[in-house]
Amino acid sequence: MSIWIAIGVTVIGCYAVKLAGLLVPAGVLERPLVRRLAALLPVALLAALTAQQAFSDGQSLVLDARAAGLAAAAVALMLRAPFLLVIGAAVVVTAGVRALGG
Amino acid sequence: MTSAGSGLTLLQTCALSLLVFTGASQFALVGALAAGGGPFTAAAGAFFLGVRNAFYGLRLSQLLALPRAVRPFAAQWVIDETAAVSLAQPTRRAARLGFVVTGLSLYVLWNLTTLLGALGAEAIGDTDAWGLDAAGPAVFLALLAPMLRTGTERTVAGLAVLLGLGLLPVLPAGVPVLVAALAAPAVLWARGRRGGARGDVTEEDR
Repeated sequence: MSIWIAIGVTVIGCYAVKLAGLLVPAGVLERPLVRRLAALLPVALLAALTAQQAFSDGQSLVLDARAAGLAAAAVALMLRAPFLLVIGAAVVVTAGVRALGG
Repeated sequence: MTSAGSGLTLLQTCALSLLVFTGASQFALVGALAAGGGPFTAAAGAFFLGVRNAFYGLRLSQLLALPRAVRPFAAQWVIDETAAVSLAQPTRRAARLGFVVTGLSLYVLWNLTTLLGALGAEAIGDTDAWGLDAAGPAVFLALLAPMLRTGTERTVAGLAVLLGLGLLPVLPAGVPVLVAALAAPAVLWARGRRGGARGDVTEEDR
């Protein structure tokens, strides 16, 4: 039963925060400062998430084959490679480095 | 999903996936329950991981200009991936399309994999060996790159990376990303102080 309670509370909480962002009145969002902040927040969040997914394992920081994969993706992006090629480069390089024992 | 191994039934696992639909929160909840945490403690951790979706919502509601009646339904799909794809689109039409396509495909795929995983059909083997775990960050990087147009965005991203990684070992899961979000107001404030002296407010929102 306590598992259902945990699920219920999480469902309501997670849905509420998702909806809260969408329901902020347009009037508030028209203010220039709020507009700039709302535009920059996803940049900060996605940058932090990208780094965490590439350089961490649980709560510890690690430097492994994924770093090489991400670097390959960055190079592909600078060369203006198409989206799928960027992802492909990351996957192939990561698998390659791992196969070599990295 | 590893929830089948931590005492959740098939129904509970699928309900969690269908109704929460925020991967990080689901894993956190399952992990906390498996570690013997109480339902409210476990839910609190999951909630922290979900808070960032509110910040995506702020931007998405401007960008997508959703009618009021649609918002409660769209809200469930406000997650990292849909925000990243929508924000990378050049027009509102493309952003709306990106939001719907990403939301729908992820919702279906995510819940299918949850079901299959819970049923024990883990015949795929070790996907990490193929380097597929690098695909996630690479996708985010590719979607993030076009957003880094000016120095402000780059500074915010750099500061967020430092905060997100630096605080990861010391703060509970989900909190470092929220602290990293503070890079946005911090950089705006610093720019405002410097820009205010020069009267320079040239960068406007798209």
